[in-house]
Amino acid sequence: MDITLKVWRQTGPDDKGGLVTYDVPDISPDMSFLEMLDVLNERLNDEGKEPIAFDSDCREGICGMCGLMISGEAHGPERTTTCQLHMRSFADGDTITVEPWRADPFPVIKDLVVDRSAFDRIIQAGGFITVNTGAAPDAHATPVPKANAERAFVAAECIGCGACVAACPNASGMLFMGAKVTHLAELPQGQPERMSRVVSMVAQHDAEGFGGCTNIGECTAACPKEIPQDVISTLNRDLRSALRHQS
Amino acid sequence: MATTTSPARATKARSTTIALKLVMAVTGIIFALFVLAHMYGNLKLLAGESAYNTYAEHLRTIGEPMLPHRGFLTLMEVVLLLALGAHVYAAFTLWGRARGARTQRYAVKKAVAQSFSSKWMRWGGVFLLLFIIWHLIEFTIVKVNVGGQSVAGDNPYQLVVDSFQVWWLTIIYVVAMLALYLHLAHGVFSATQTVGWTGNAAAYRRAQVTGHVMAAVVVVGFLIPPLAILFGLVK
Amino acid sequence: MTELIHGLYTEGAPIHDTKAPNGPIQTKWPTRQFEARLVNPANRRKLRVVVIGTGLAGASAAATLGEAGYVVKSFCFQDSPRRAHSIAAQGGINATKNYMEDGDSVYRLFYDTVKGGDYRARENNVYRLAEVSANIIDQCVAQGVPFAREYGGLLDNRSFGGVQVSRTFYARGQTGQQLLIGAYQSLERQVASGGVEMFTRHEMLELVVVDGRARGVIVRDLVSGEIETHLADAVVLASGGYGNVFYLSTNAMGSNVTASWRAHRKGAYMANPCYTQIHPTCIPVSGDHQSKLTLMSESLRNDGRIWVPKRREDCDKDPRDIPEEDRDYYLERIYPAFGNLVPRDIASRQAKNVCDEGRGVGPVVGDFRRGVYLDFADAIARLGRESVEEQYGNLFDMYARITGEDPYAVPMRIYPAVHYVMGGLWVDYDLESTIPGLYVTGEANFSDHGANRLGASALMQGLADGYFVLPNTIRDYLAGGPYPAVEDDHPDVVAAREAVANRVQALLSIDGTRSVDSFHKELGTIMWEYCGMERSEEGLAKAIDLIRSLREEFWRNVRVLGSAETLNQSLEKAGRVADFLELGELMCIDALHRRESCGGHFRAESQTADGEALRHDDEYAYVAAWEYTPGERGDRASMGPPVLHKEDLVYEFIELKQRSYK
Ligand SMILES: Cc1cc2nc3c(=O)[nH]c(=O)nc-3n(C[C@H](O)[C@H](O)[C@H](O)COP(=O)(O)OP(=O)(O)OC[C@H]3O[C@@H](n4cnc5c(N)ncnc54)[C@H](O)[C@@H]3O)c2cc1C
Ligand code: HEM
Ligand code: HEM
Ligand code: SF4
Ligand code: F3S
Ligand code: FES
Repeated sequence: MDITLKVWRQTGPDDKGGLVTYDVPDISPDMSFLEMLDVLNERLNDEGKEPIAFDSDCREGICGMCGLMISGEAHGPERTTTCQLHMRSFADGDTITVEPWRADPFPVIKDLVVDRSAFDRIIQAGGFITVNTGAAPDAHATPVPKANAERAFVAAECIGCGACVAACPNASGMLFMGAKVTHLAELPQGQPERMSRVVSMVAQHDAEGFGGCTNIGECTAACPKEIPQDVISTLNRDLRSALRHQS
Repeated sequence: MATTTSPARATKARSTTIALKLVMAVTGIIFALFVLAHMYGNLKLLAGESAYNTYAEHLRTIGEPMLPHRGFLTLMEVVLLLALGAHVYAAFTLWGRARGARTQRYAVKKAVAQSFSSKWMRWGGVFLLLFIIWHLIEFTIVKVNVGGQSVAGDNPYQLVVDSFQVWWLTIIYVVAMLALYLHLAHGVFSATQTVGWTGNAAAYRRAQVTGHVMAAVVVVGFLIPPLAILFGLVK
Repeated sequence: MTELIHGLYTEGAPIHDTKAPNGPIQTKWPTRQFEARLVNPANRRKLRVVVIGTGLAGASAAATLGEAGYVVKSFCFQDSPRRAHSIAAQGGINATKNYMEDGDSVYRLFYDTVKGGDYRARENNVYRLAEVSANIIDQCVAQGVPFAREYGGLLDNRSFGGVQVSRTFYARGQTGQQLLIGAYQSLERQVASGGVEMFTRHEMLELVVVDGRARGVIVRDLVSGEIETHLADAVVLASGGYGNVFYLSTNAMGSNVTASWRAHRKGAYMANPCYTQIHPTCIPVSGDHQSKLTLMSESLRNDGRIWVPKRREDCDKDPRDIPEEDRDYYLERIYPAFGNLVPRDIASRQAKNVCDEGRGVGPVVGDFRRGVYLDFADAIARLGRESVEEQYGNLFDMYARITGEDPYAVPMRIYPAVHYVMGGLWVDYDLESTIPGLYVTGEANFSDHGANRLGASALMQGLADGYFVLPNTIRDYLAGGPYPAVEDDHPDVVAAREAVANRVQALLSIDGTRSVDSFHKELGTIMWEYCGMERSEEGLAKAIDLIRSLREEFWRNVRVLGSAETLNQSLEKAGRVADFLELGELMCIDALHRRESCGGHFRAESQTADGEALRHDDEYAYVAAWEYTPGERGDRASMGPPVLHKEDLVYEFIELKQRSYK
């Protein structure tokens, strides 16, 4: 099949950047989207033009490194990661616009590559359980009811890709943060720090410059791991409890 | 091994976006309850002039003699005014933060899940604010009687009936009610989510349905009297 | 100089692992922990450790050392430590908790691992691994890792990879992810408290060795292109495996050998580099554009039946139209006892054999079809579609997404792919390499899996090394410090930095005609063809020649565009491929010199009458540790003949047996 790409090219953080059009003829529907970009990049290299920079690592949908805005949809038209999107999801002759995640806390580094370290800093603010190596009790010391364990797991599936932010009209990071807060809040091990965790994480989220959530739901729709909206509710509830406990 | 633990950074919860959201939710719920009651009161218009005027008078005497005349009403007005101030302040602050969170826009952006109502929260809210200002000028502060046959100063019933006989005034109200529907439908659900009562998928769906039901009840209830007047069912 | 063997290498002095204490195997680790010197907490703040890699091995080590109070710097080339390749592990992690009361014990895990490694692993290390495995689970649960649980709230276990006890802990199909996120969170906690300084999008390009000790690293900031020097008292490499030398593998795109290889060139020995694990259940290649291969959990073999058509003519038919009598369920036929559950290496090799016979299925890639059917029709008939969906739904979805075929209707196609490398930098019992002060953990070292890896044991090793072993052993070394101050302008440091800068410039200035990827692909083809599932004397010799000329061409004709001062992904790849081009040769030499078959290393010349791997314990029960020697020509493409150092493997506790799965 033949497609036309409009790709965001930007040489560096200070460059203004813009969309550049490329014809990509003769691609196989079995290629993944990123393999299609690989093919284009090989050609650009042969033509002496610098290849398009984009992030990916595992190409299995688990590391969260990839992520492109594809014709206005985060990770493209399927509910999966960009690396797991295949060209058979498009039609011959399509024009596809490819942009980086856009959010001020995710500044563009080059072309389609953005800096998502804001997510790491949110985790640093409290997205962990304080336990030093070797200090752990036996794993069976604290049973976890299956329902809680299941919900913790669903929330823990977040891969930190940032599609939620990219898709949210408010560029809010609440789904990502809600996932972590819920994961730890559902477990007995997470209780001691539950209140301080949510406060510091939300404060960091705001300091990074993410928007607030107005419960629009684009994030869940774009999330390759289908993190549900109710994690944001849990996040909100925990912050509310923290407000009561901490003046 | 030795320990170097540091507690999670303690920060004030009050200044966070979520706290602002909670302000919106609480004030929003106050509004929602108010419009529900207001809508119910307005339906008394259907019961005729004296019933409605008595009701209007009654509002001014609630709580007497514990409260002064118009005490309850004043209290409510103060609460509503404060709530409106807080709601609008929070709305604009969050709006500003959200705009600042994406200064470079997408060339192409599709909405996949966004509902019409959630999309129009902010501009719809501004419209509601303008409407309320006009509404208060019309019915409580200045009591402009656009239809203007009689000086209806002390006859609220007459004021309302006169007003809604003017077709374009009615249209303003109908449009405002559409805005109100949208704002409430998403708002009520959103408030539930914001206070954290939607911690599972079922509760989440329920809150969404509740939002629409509540918005529909309020809006339909509000619209009955003006339309009844316009079409001459109430004179 | 000693004389060249096979014209390829020389033999040097044997080496010994000197750090393991004497005595019964059960007391070795406690003794070593006790004997390793302590560092006074006040002094720890003066001791700097650089950790390369944030996978399970690196993140756990950095976090633990940070907790202990050392000054730690942690590096990864991804944009976040959470993305290290460990995240992709699906199946599970072994531990001898014996929660199932099914007769598991430290000794049994030890035994299974040594046997699984086809008796090419070091007993002491494996025993310790089994010993600390239980602590890992405690640690991870305390961190909030959501392992699968039973209704009573206790942890669930399953049996994995044909083992008879249930000792595998898992978190759906995402065990690696959950374990890594646990370690990552501990790491980020240290970053927040100042215990660890994190450098993402930084790639280590050189090891700094001063006075014979590892004293730091030279890294390139992948965003700004700046070349930075980070000096330390000790360096830990946890940079993962090098399976990407085959171009196509289940490893992440960025997985590389650079960190290890740079250390190797500075004097660290590379052990058993040819030991590669090939995983039988991967999604086959669909065309030349293929950038990587995707693993599907081995658990599929529990219920799926593997077959190919009996006749070549049937290969392009719709599999549903091939009648039962025309199908060859070759694993069930050859290994009636184990059937589809034979070990990974056997299942892989047999798949290759039937495809080489021209009975493969799926698209023709290159010259023949590379795929066999994994059929769930029987399972669906027996268990019902729902039950199959419940157990394997995720995997089926993944398969459907990648191939566009519906595995409920049409049998899946699978083919083996390179998955894990058992080889790596040589380390002693303390995980210290032959360069003092350089420690190596996780997949980057060679230590625990012998010639083949048991399922669910790499995660165990990574975390055992990082949480429990390394922090205890490295303190013995650090107790000897702080080592004499080294400044940025020390001649050895300056030389290392300049070497990196020159190499970067060299890559950019060749300006040839071929892309980095084209070299990588060609190298991969050579490696897969001659140093893959089946290796022969002749093939390996040919491969060595091919690799040498490819390396020549690379340094003459590669084209890397862009500049060194910005993010430049071609440049990153070019450096990695350059190192793969050297590693590939060493792997072939290692494979050539080991004239036996063991575990994942199968030499065509050494097989039993039924085509099974035939070990030669009398000759080859040793670890082959290779020392680098520089090439005589001195140009970038030349390498000298490596020096082989043998570490004899002495089996005191376990008796060597020939494997049999018939
Ligand atoms: C698809 C798949 C499934 C698997 N499933 C299982 C399983 O079920 N059970 C099991 O036990 N094992 C499994 N394994 C094996 C296991 O996942 C790996 O062996 C293990 O995770 C390796 O961990 P590591 O910490 O050593 O390295 P990695 O996780 O690979 O981490 C390497 C780190 O080093 C960094 N790095 C590398 N080079 C440099 C450099 N030059 N400069 C700076 N940083 C560098 C990287 O950024 C990364 O952070 C699986 C492997 C694969 C590929
Ligand atoms: C300038 C005026 C206004 C603006 C900009 C505004 C904006 C908003 C916004 C942005 C929300 C949050 C929606 C969300 O979280 O998804 C909201 C919620 C709400 N608003 Fe308004 N609004 C305004 C006036 C009003 C008025 C006059 C009413 C009363 C009828 C009202 C009732 C509500 C309710 C009930 C909610 C739900 C609370 C919540 O979402 O948490 N708003 N408004
Ligand atoms: C068709 C719809 C409506 C009609 C017919 C209507 C009618 C009236 C009337 C007649 C009054 C004066 C009552 C009195 O002074 O006793 C009034 C007051 C008021 N209305 Fe409405 N109203 C409508 C909708 C709304 C809406 C949607 C809001 C808010 C979002 C609103 C907010 C108010 C407020 C705040 C007052 C002032 C109450 C006070 O001063 O005590 N109204 N309305
Ligand atoms: S919540 Fe979903 S979209 Fe957001 S970072 Fe996590 S996985 Fe990505
Ligand atoms: S789309 Fe944005 S507004 Fe909230 S529900 Fe999702 S974060
Ligand atoms: S590259 Fe890892 S999720 Fe896409």
